[in-house]
Amino acid sequence: MRKLVFAISALALGASASFAEPIADRVALMKANGAAMGALSAYVKGEKPYDAADVLAQLTKLSADAQKNADPALWPAGSNTGESTASPKIWEDAAGFQAAVDKFKADTASAVAAAPADVDALKVQMGVVGSNCASCHEAFRVKKG
Amino acid sequence: MLGGIGAAVFWLLTEPKRLDEATLASLGAGDATRGERIFWAGGCTSCHARPGAEGDARLELAGGMKLTTPFGTFVPPNISPDPNDGIGGWSDADFANAMMRGVAPDGSHLYPSFPYTSYARMDPTDVADLNAFMKTLPAVAGRAPGHELAFPFNVRRGLGLWKLLYLSDGPVIALPADAPGKVALGRYLVEGPGHCGECHTPRDLVGGMQKGRWLAGAVAAEGDGIVPNITSGEGGIEGWSEGDIAAYLETGFTPEFDSVGGSMVEVQRNMAKLRPEDREAIAAYLKAIPAHPNGYPPRTPPPG
Repeated sequence: MRKLVFAISALALGASASFAEPIADRVALMKANGAAMGALSAYVKGEKPYDAADVLAQLTKLSADAQKNADPALWPAGSNTGESTASPKIWEDAAGFQAAVDKFKADTASAVAAAPADVDALKVQMGVVGSNCASCHEAFRVKKG
Repeated sequence: MLGGIGAAVFWLLTEPKRLDEATLASLGAGDATRGERIFWAGGCTSCHARPGAEGDARLELAGGMKLTTPFGTFVPPNISPDPNDGIGGWSDADFANAMMRGVAPDGSHLYPSFPYTSYARMDPTDVADLNAFMKTLPAVAGRAPGHELAFPFNVRRGLGLWKLLYLSDGPVIALPADAPGKVALGRYLVEGPGHCGECHTPRDLVGGMQKGRWLAGAVAAEGDGIVPNITSGEGGIEGWSEGDIAAYLETGFTPEFDSVGGSMVEVQRNMAKLRPEDREAIAAYLKAIPAHPNGYPPRTPPPG
């Protein structure tokens, strides 16, 4: 009996531990997104002089992250338990989630291609790119406190 | 005999209480331009637009979105100006009584899933302006399905008792007479049309807001997860400045550039349409209200 309890506990521990890495990876990815958004927002608000090269670097980072975000290994089924704010809808509405992931890839890629040269051009790109955050989080993230 | 007396007492206690003549007389014709600001502050589209509607389609107030709560599933109705399936046939007094007293034109009580417990605090002029604006929106044919409620929640008359306990038009948070105008405006927007307390305040067993823990956060009344603490108490927004709060309401980004999510996305879209001074007023009020620890239970740690 004790061996059975031990085996089940080890399995459960192993199961929750096996999601620790994708959870940590995607949290880090989201935080990197936030950092890039913050850096770009400083230009939009005129808090620092416009630096087209740095803007392009930040947009390129976002685009690279959007590509990484699309890796299914980051979103294994069942990984919404534990220290994760992922909503079960990611798997219940897999098509909707995939659409959100693809839109983020497309919008960031086109922002890089546009290579905005001034604040006004950047504002246009930020409007499109920035709206991805809220629209994905609206459906696919749950606050847990 | 006792049952008869009980029924009579119940009937008297649960009578619909409409607005008095003086209030109705003060409504006026209403100004649709001013009313648009109240429309966005009141968040009407968040419940009454078709599920998934975007852009201008959000102005077609067809209803139909399902709000799943512990009391059952509520379905917001069609409130477009359609005379048959919407509220096009309502008088101005009907509109005000629904908004501020939760009473339908036929005298029945409305369920407080429609947040008249907050709208009760609105100025009659703002209600009239809102009515004028809503009359300019597209008329939509077709009724939304009814609520899905089990006994005893399907006994509408019983809401008369609930209202005796929970419907009042006085302010929640007392402010000193010399409080800055910004804070007073913020109190009006938050406690009135903004109806923030309806999600952000914990509720008791019969669904009344616990005003002693005003805006302390709560288990989500509909949907999953929790609604955050927006007081300066532990787990709340103490580290946020007024500017941070106003910027979040305008852009949906926190000071660390995390993003708004869940049901708040719709709210933030509406808040973005208000005047900057409205958002600043809301921020000033939130920094001024009493601090409370989180109104929802702490996250249980994962097994193992």
